[in-house]
Amino acid sequence: MSRLGDLGARLYRGEVGYDFVGKRKFWYALSILITIAAIAGLAVRGLNMGIEFKGGAVFNTPKTSISVAAAQDHAEEASGHDAIVQKLGNGGLRIQVTELNTAQADKVQAQLAQDLDIPQEKINADLVGPSWGKQIANKAWTGLGIFMILVVIYLAIAFEWRMAVAALIALIHDLTITVGVYALVGFEVTPGTVIGLLTILGYSLYDTVVVFDSLKEGSKDITKQTRFTYSEVANRSINSTLVRSINTTVVALLPVAGLLFIGGGVLGAGMLNDISLSLFVGLAAGAYSSIFIATPLVADLKEREPSIRALKKRVLAKRKAAAAKGEAPDYSDEGPGEPRGSEPDDGEPAERDIPPAAAVAGPRSHGGRGRGRPSGKRR
Amino acid sequence: MAAPQKGRRQTGAPGKPGRTLILFLIAMIALVGGMFGAGELTPRLGIDLAGGTTITLKAKSSPGQANAVNETNMNTAVGIIERRVNGLGVQEAEVQTQGSDNIIVNIPKGTNSQQAREQVGTTAQLYFRPVLTLGPGDPSTQQPPPDASPAPSADSSKSPSPSGSDKDGDKPDKESADPPAAEAPSASETTQGRALTEDLKADATPTPSGSDKPEPSASPSASEPATPPADPATEKLQADFAALDCTNEKARGALGDNAKSGQPTLACGENDGVWEKYILGPAEVGGKDVDDANATINQQTGQWIVQMDFTGGGSKKFQAITSKLSQQQAPQNQFAIVLDGEVVSAPSVRQTLSANAEISGNFTQESAQDLGNILSYGALPLTFREETVTTVTAALGGEQLHAGLIAGAIGLALVIIYLVLYYRGLALIAIVSLLASAVMTYAIMTLLGPGIGFALNLPAVCGAIVAIGITADSFIVYFERIRDEIREGRTLRPAVERAWPRARRTILVSDFVSFLAAAVLFTVTVGKVQGFAFTLGLTTLLDVVVVFFFTKPIMTLVARTKFFSSGGSWSGLDPKRLGAKPPLRRSPRRLSAPIDPKEA
Repeated sequence: MSRLGDLGARLYRGEVGYDFVGKRKFWYALSILITIAAIAGLAVRGLNMGIEFKGGAVFNTPKTSISVAAAQDHAEEASGHDAIVQKLGNGGLRIQVTELNTAQADKVQAQLAQDLDIPQEKINADLVGPSWGKQIANKAWTGLGIFMILVVIYLAIAFEWRMAVAALIALIHDLTITVGVYALVGFEVTPGTVIGLLTILGYSLYDTVVVFDSLKEGSKDITKQTRFTYSEVANRSINSTLVRSINTTVVALLPVAGLLFIGGGVLGAGMLNDISLSLFVGLAAGAYSSIFIATPLVADLKEREPSIRALKKRVLAKRKAAAAKGEAPDYSDEGPGEPRGSEPDDGEPAERDIPPAAAVAGPRSHGGRGRGRPSGKRR
Repeated sequence: MAAPQKGRRQTGAPGKPGRTLILFLIAMIALVGGMFGAGELTPRLGIDLAGGTTITLKAKSSPGQANAVNETNMNTAVGIIERRVNGLGVQEAEVQTQGSDNIIVNIPKGTNSQQAREQVGTTAQLYFRPVLTLGPGDPSTQQPPPDASPAPSADSSKSPSPSGSDKDGDKPDKESADPPAAEAPSASETTQGRALTEDLKADATPTPSGSDKPEPSASPSASEPATPPADPATEKLQADFAALDCTNEKARGALGDNAKSGQPTLACGENDGVWEKYILGPAEVGGKDVDDANATINQQTGQWIVQMDFTGGGSKKFQAITSKLSQQQAPQNQFAIVLDGEVVSAPSVRQTLSANAEISGNFTQESAQDLGNILSYGALPLTFREETVTTVTAALGGEQLHAGLIAGAIGLALVIIYLVLYYRGLALIAIVSLLASAVMTYAIMTLLGPGIGFALNLPAVCGAIVAIGITADSFIVYFERIRDEIREGRTLRPAVERAWPRARRTILVSDFVSFLAAAVLFTVTVGKVQGFAFTLGLTTLLDVVVVFFFTKPIMTLVARTKFFSSGGSWSGLDPKRLGAKPPLRRSPRRLSAPIDPKEA
C-alpha cells in the first residue's frame, strides 16, 4: 500500500505518468492489430453457436435408471456436440444435442439406444428449432443498436460529441475483441454469452465515463491558459484517474476471475465459463480501451478544433520562448503553491528520475493543478 | 485548464448523516422483514437451475388451411407465446420449436403453471363477429328458433339470463331512457358486456338519430344474415344451432375447431354461469387488428374491464362493423368477441365506435389481465393442442449453482482482501456497504419472485456476482476522491464533504449509462436477456441508493471518529502515506511554500 499509495499520490500530482496520449499511435496500432485478429478469427473459425441458436435434436427416453451424467457422456460421445440432459417427470431423460440435422439425429439416436440399452424405437427424436436463440439474439442486436444511439446522444449532451464518438468506438472495439476471443477459443455461444456481452456495454462505458468526467473537469477553461495543450490535459486526466481505473478494474475482474478459473476451471461448470469468459475479456478490454483508446481519441478529435489548435500553438511558442531563456519550461509562471516533488516517505531517486519519455511534459508538468490547482484554491 | 477556483463552490454540506442512515436501515429491515413475512426466503430459481414444467404444443392444421403450419407461422407463434408466458419479462420461460409442428414451452418451477398453460395452450384465435342469432345454451330448455326470426330468439335469450349482474342491471334503465331508444329492447340482454367508445370527440357518431334508422336497415349486409335465405348451408347451420348443447364441453370444443373466419359459425358463450349459443357472422375484425389491450377497473362500476386500442386498419374495420351493427335490432346489434370459438363477450352496439373500445363482463382481475395479455400480444396464427405436460429437472443442475456461488464467494473474498490491502480501514466501509447492497439485492429478488414472477437463472447469478465489482466501483470513485482531497492537504472531515459532490457526479453519470443499457435491453428484448437486464437495472439502482444513503452518511460519521480522522496508518487515510503536502495536517489553507522545490 505504501508503494501503491505513493504511486497514486505521484500520479495524482503528475510527477509520474505515462504518456498515453503521446504514444497513442502505438496503442491504436496495437488495437487495430487485435481487432484484425479478432475479425480474422471470426471469419475463419466462426462462432460456435449453442443449441439455442443453431437448433439441434432432442431425444426423449422412456423411464430409465441411467444417470444424467452418464447419459450426457454417451450423448456427447455419440454426437460430438455438447449435450444437455434433463430428467423428466416420468423418469425418462431428455437429451438435447446441439447442431444435428435429421440424418445425424438418426445416427445419434441409434448410438444412444445402444449405449443406454434402450430399444431405439422407444427413444423419441425431434429436431429443435433455433427460433428461441435467434429471437433473443435479434432482439439483443436491436437493443444494442438502440442503446448505442441513446448513449451517444447522452454522452454528447453530458460531455460533448467527440467524447461520445470516442466512447462508441472504444465500445465497439471492446465488443469486437470479446467476440473475437470467443471465435478463437471456440467456446460455445449461449444466451448466457450474449448476456455477458451485454454486461460489457454498461461496464466498458463506466470506466470511460469516469476518465471523461475527469477530462471534462480538467479541460474546462483550457483556452484561458497557455501552459498545457489539450492532449497534455487529457493525458493528465488519464493518469490522475489511473489508480481509480486500475482499482475498479481489479475489483470487477476478481469475482469474474473467480467464476472463470475457480467456478469454471476447477469445478468444471460449463455455462459459468461461457458467461465469465466473455465478461473477463470484455472487462479487461473495456479498461484498456478507456485508457489507451477512448481518451487519446478524444484528444485527437479535439486537436482538430481551431481554438484547441491555436492553444497548442500558443503553448508551444511560450515553451520555446522559455527554453530560449534557459528556464525550465513549465514552471516559469508557477505560483508558490506548486507541490513539486513532495514525496515525504520515499524519495527513491530512481523513481524520481523518470526518463523524459515516460514523464513527458504534459503529465508531469501540471502537477497538482490538473484539478483545481492548489495555488488557486488557497489563494 | 481546470479553473483554480473551481473547487470552492463544491463544498458539500454534511447534512444529517445519522437520520439518513436510520432511514436506510429501516428500509432495509422492512425489506428483510417483508421477506420473512411473505415466507419467501430464497429467490425463485429459473428453469436452468430449478427445473420446471415442459409443455409440448402441437400445431393443428385446420381444414382448408393445410399449409398454415409452416416455419413462418410457427416462429410467429413462438414469439407470441414467449411474450405471453413471460408477461412482465422476468419469468425466464423458454419457448422453442421442436420438429416441424411442435412448440415446447419450459416454465420454471414455482410459476403458476396452470395459468401459464391456459395462456399458452388454449388461447389461439380472436375474432370479432356480428351476432346473427342468440339462444340459451341448453337445447332442452329452449324453444327452438327454427324460423330464425330475430325477435323470438332475442326473447328466448332473455329469459334464461335475466338481468345479469346487478352492476349492469342499473345501466339498461338509463339507456332505455335515452333518446336513441331505437334499440332499447336489446339493452336488457347485453349483460355479456358492452362496447363503449373512449373517444367521444372523434368520428364516433354518438347518437344514431332516429332519422338514420330506416336507411341502413335496408342495407343488404344487415338483413341478409338475419333472415337467411334458405340455402342448404344456412339450413344446416340452423339445424346445428338447434341441436347444439353448449353445456357439453366436448360440443363446445368441436365448435372452435371447425370455425372458419370467413363464414358464419356457431359459438357458445358463458354469461353469469349460464351458457348461451350463437350463430355468428363472418369475422369482421381479427386479433391482429388489436394494437394494445389493458385490464383496468371501470371507475363507475368497479368492475374489471379490458380496454383495447386498434391498429389503423383495425380501427377502420371496427368502425365499419359498429356503424353497421348500431343500426340493427337486437340481437343483431351485438358483436361477439370470440376467442377460440368461445364467445368471451357480446356487447351490443349503440353507436359507431372507432379507435378503441372496452370489453366488460364478469372478469376477475386475473381473467381481465389474461384477456388483455392475449389481445395485446396478438392472436396465434395457428391453433395448438397440448400434447404433453411433464416436469423436468434443471438443465444445469445444482452443482452449477454451487460452483457459481463458491466462485462468487471466493471472488468476493478476493475483492475484500484487495480492498483491505489497498484501502485498509476504509475497506471496512466498503465491505459494510457491499453487505448492505447484497442484503437489499437478495431481499428484493426474493420478494419479486412471488411479486412479478422474477426468476433467477444462472446468467443472473453471474450478473449479481459481477455487480459486486460494479458496486465497489462507486466506493472506489468516492474513496479516491477523498484521498485526492487529503493529498490537497485537507483534513478528513472537509475532505469527505468536498469529495462527495464530485464523486457523486461521476457515480451518477456512470450509473446512468449502466442503467440506460439495462433499460433499453429490458424494453427491447425478451426472455432471458430481459430478465438479466432487469437484474442489471436493479443492481445499478441499488448501487446509487446504497452509495447515497448508506456509504456517504457512514463516511461522514466515520470522519468524526478518532481512528480515521487521526489518519493512522491503518485508516487508509494517512496523509503522509497519501503524499499530502506536509505541514498541513490541521490546516487546509497551507500557505507555506513547497518543501522540496524540485527542479523540473
